[in-house]
Amino acid sequence: METMRERFTSVTTELLAADPRLALVLADITADAFAPARRRYPDRVLNLGIREQLLVSVAGGLALAGMRPIAHTIASFAVERPFEQIKLDLGHQGAGAVLVSVGGSYDYSESGRTHQAPGDVALLDTLPGWTVHVPGHPDEAERQIRAAAAADGLVYIRLSSRSTMVPLEREPGRFSVLRLGTAGTVIAVGPLADEVVAATLGLDVTVLYAATARPFDGATVRDTLRTPDVVLVEPYLAGTSSAEVARALPGIRHRVLGLGVGRTELRRYGTPAEHERAHGLDAASLRASITGFLHV
Amino acid sequence: MSTTSPAAAGTAGYGYADLPGLISLMTGDSKHDAAAESTLDVLWVLYDRVLRVSPGTAGDDARDRFLLSKGHGPMAYYAVLAAKGFLDPAELPGYGGFASPLGQHPDRSLVPGVEISSGSLGHGLPLATGTALGLRARGLTAARVFVLIGDGELDEGSNHEAIAFARAARLDALHVVVVDNSSSTHGWPGGIETRFAAEGWSALRVPGRDHAALEAALTAPHPGRPHAVAAVIGPGE
Repeated sequence: METMRERFTSVTTELLAADPRLALVLADITADAFAPARRRYPDRVLNLGIREQLLVSVAGGLALAGMRPIAHTIASFAVERPFEQIKLDLGHQGAGAVLVSVGGSYDYSESGRTHQAPGDVALLDTLPGWTVHVPGHPDEAERQIRAAAAADGLVYIRLSSRSTMVPLEREPGRFSVLRLGTAGTVIAVGPLADEVVAATLGLDVTVLYAATARPFDGATVRDTLRTPDVVLVEPYLAGTSSAEVARALPGIRHRVLGLGVGRTELRRYGTPAEHERAHGLDAASLRASITGFLHV
Repeated sequence: MSTTSPAAAGTAGYGYADLPGLISLMTGDSKHDAAAESTLDVLWVLYDRVLRVSPGTAGDDARDRFLLSKGHGPMAYYAVLAAKGFLDPAELPGYGGFASPLGQHPDRSLVPGVEISSGSLGHGLPLATGTALGLRARGLTAARVFVLIGDGELDEGSNHEAIAFARAARLDALHVVVVDNSSSTHGWPGGIETRFAAEGWSALRVPGRDHAALEAALTAPHPGRPHAVAAVIGPGE
């Protein structure tokens, strides 16, 4: 199956042809795949070399000059390393940009801690104005990339090598209702959805699917709420969206279980699937956590 | 202290000799901030003789951009903006106050004519690099970008990412003026301009209070290369 990253490459190359306002900024990562686009639009496809502070600052400067920049690299170097540039050279300047990462939490399982950024969404949560997309499928990623390129604001798109079998998002930005039940709500974010669907098979629970994490679609959580017990299953730091659930349920006594990537360093290599198991995010582990918490 | 009547305030109502008076509106005649003073002559020469931008063209795509990266001690900057009509001199006495748009670090969303919000060091040159790239991509080849940094600020590694890339991109719309008052803790042996020259920039070194020399250096031709000017003033001045 085509990866999200391959789709990002083909769709962005197409968008560059159609929109003279669009610019792509790279820091060597994925530069080979964008080489044809760079030859065609040398002033708008910019490979800066291994310079991630500059990656974000140049995106900010491009926006100040009236361009719509897309900046791209591995999540740990797109968010963590240049975090102050994100805060100041984008947000504080009022400069809009699209930040597209790959790798995320454990895609680069063999590379270890240096190439993993399970805290990226939590970090962006400390800043105002960010839309955060966590597509579960290349089709969702494509829609989000197209919409972000045509917009003006701050958009983070977290591409993964993991994905669902089919796209599950029905309305852009809204949580999809995969199943309705009475004993609680399970919210699956992005590529973990297939594991969550398998984990909740036969359980009397509501299952929601989010391909967009921010803004958090609290309205759908409220509208489908029966028993106010909520389980979050996120492919990044466990509990990242717990505060969003609290905001979505004002005045309602509720319980939240935040499942996701653990805070403790694994110090393991291996495969993404092995990391998923180690973090308790495979279907069997998820089922045990969910049934234990919801008493179903 | 002002040699021009306040009634003459407007786009061209003030001269260089009025700047101390405008600054004193912010300081309340207390001791002037040294960092603000260090940039005074460079800022004046830029706005009076070099930059193709005025309050009337401050929103034009084709304007020259000036980015103050060394955002601390911005009183000289506010004074020059007021002298050139971007900013109402009546705002100056509020400097630093809760209700004033004029903070100790400028905010582009609050002050007309201010191109970037600054304060944290090492952001202006990388942002200027992106802006120059954006102007090139839009075909706005007549517009130039000037960024003012300090010699201490060059300690920040983010600048060096920009210096190397701007040369590779042959970014001749980009101009850096380094106000060098020897404030960098470990210094730049051989002269701060050599750090740019080594990367293939056009680079000059001039006395930082000499208006004719500054103007000549800032407007010197540098086809196909970005341009750096070290404006040298006395240590701690």
